[in-house]
Amino acid sequence: MSLQALWVAFTTIVVREIRRFTRIWPQTLLPPAVTMTLYFIIFGNLIGSRIGVMGGFDYMQFIVPGLIMMSVITNSYSNVVSSFFSMKFQRSIEELLVSPVPNWVILAGYVTGGMARGLGTGSIVTVLSLAFTHLTIHHLPMVVATVILTSALFALGGFINAMLATKFDDISIVPTFVLTPLTYLGGVFYSVQLLPDFWQAVSMANPILYMVNGFRYGILGVSDVNPYVSLGMILAFIVVLAVVALRMLARGKGIRH
Amino acid sequence: MRNALEIEGLTKTYGDGFQALKGIDLHVAEGDFFALLGPNGAGKSTTLGIVSSLVNKTAGRVRVFGYDIDTQLAQAKLHLGVVPQEFNFNQFEKVFDIVTTQAGYYGIPRRQAAASAEKYLRKLGLWDKRETPARMLSGGMKRRLMIARALVHEPRLLILDEPTAGVDIELRRSMWAFLEEMNRQGTTIILTTHYLEEAEALCRNIAIIDHGRILQNTSKRALLQQLSVETFVLDTERELTEVPRLEAVSCRINDDGALEVDVEKGQGLNPVFAQLDRLGIKVISMRTKANRLEELFLRLVERNSVEHHEPEEGVA
Repeated sequence: MSLQALWVAFTTIVVREIRRFTRIWPQTLLPPAVTMTLYFIIFGNLIGSRIGVMGGFDYMQFIVPGLIMMSVITNSYSNVVSSFFSMKFQRSIEELLVSPVPNWVILAGYVTGGMARGLGTGSIVTVLSLAFTHLTIHHLPMVVATVILTSALFALGGFINAMLATKFDDISIVPTFVLTPLTYLGGVFYSVQLLPDFWQAVSMANPILYMVNGFRYGILGVSDVNPYVSLGMILAFIVVLAVVALRMLARGKGIRH
Repeated sequence: MRNALEIEGLTKTYGDGFQALKGIDLHVAEGDFFALLGPNGAGKSTTLGIVSSLVNKTAGRVRVFGYDIDTQLAQAKLHLGVVPQEFNFNQFEKVFDIVTTQAGYYGIPRRQAAASAEKYLRKLGLWDKRETPARMLSGGMKRRLMIARALVHEPRLLILDEPTAGVDIELRRSMWAFLEEMNRQGTTIILTTHYLEEAEALCRNIAIIDHGRILQNTSKRALLQQLSVETFVLDTERELTEVPRLEAVSCRINDDGALEVDVEKGQGLNPVFAQLDRLGIKVISMRTKANRLEELFLRLVERNSVEHHEPEEGVA
């Protein structure tokens, strides 16, 4: 395919993905807005006012970057996993498989679609947070790089999950039993410096901790870890997951007999 | 004439050890209207699945208009349109979006894709339904939608797997007319079907596949010439109450009360009419029995089943 044809195929996948999650917005865009508003009210306003200062900021300001990142991670992942698995389930994935679209364009299209929802939801949550607190940006390039790369990474994770899934249960296992605990334990609601040494060391093995802190550094200028190490880790994970996803596509794992 | 499809030594063994294809060879000339016939589980869908990249082959070569699917897959796919047996579109998307999205996968720019989608949706009587979600369509409309989607990038080879399954007679006839028109305009068509009269009415060449092997691959005419006996159906003026005794031919009364006569090739019908005349039976109309291909098909498949029958374990 020519470069122009590849671009058309790529944008077709992306537009289709965006059309999907905007068509079902009460299932995709509304719930995170409602959930995060509740987090802001309960944890930020009601409980946060009693917690006082964390990391040099009031509690509401401290948790906002983590909550934005949480919605980006969850939505980037769940968009790709549910969309691609639905295509597998309905067999409409065959529309792509019979076409000349190269595997890397299929992957790039789905990941970009997942990023569109993740970043879109992150933007909605950011706007909502402004109703509760005042946000300043400490390091804009770090904010942009961390949020975009994290979104891409979890969209890739969702893609691999969808390739491996054989039933609907399989697409909820990872978000429920892996992503949610890691996000909650990834320093969204607290600084890991509050933890005993042992649990601080354990927390350092949680990749989401680096993403939340990298993003928090970009917004507030405070972080439990070196933000450049965070960026490096995210990039390394992206490369590994992209290679795994492309190998699965080439073998037709779960999509070709 | 060049070949639209060349298959050589194609084998497929599934993960559970089932050997669906046992080394088949098949050539389909450009411009042909070709039928791949066989009973359920014979290997038809596996063959078409491999050609359309939905199934990984175990061994063998497949070329579409000379493009090898191992080394030039993208070029091969550009020339191929596929209509699968089962509905495989997103049930929640609108008809127009399904067709234009498919065009986008082939790199066709939006405006051109919209024009092509309109052309085929109009031809297949779906233009009025373009804004309807696919799940709201009737079964026949869904089949036509899959044909429009397969044609939107103007493929030179169209593969249809059971295109008229579950479609009423009127719609089936209109789909036949559409496919014949496409074929006249130069599109090579390969179809699998359970309706053998469909293959007899439409196709010029036929392959019969069973147990993963090609039993016959020849022209429809040559295939039908293998029939040494042809059956004619005679409608008589008075309904017959008993089977007339005719010399040198076998006959019977069918469920509709008409007389069916088996005539050997070269025997001619004059002696039959002379005998019926002597018996005072007046024939008012006559036709050949339509399922000639069906008879031949059953004969070939039954023979193949006997030849490849393996005794079950523990059976002496």
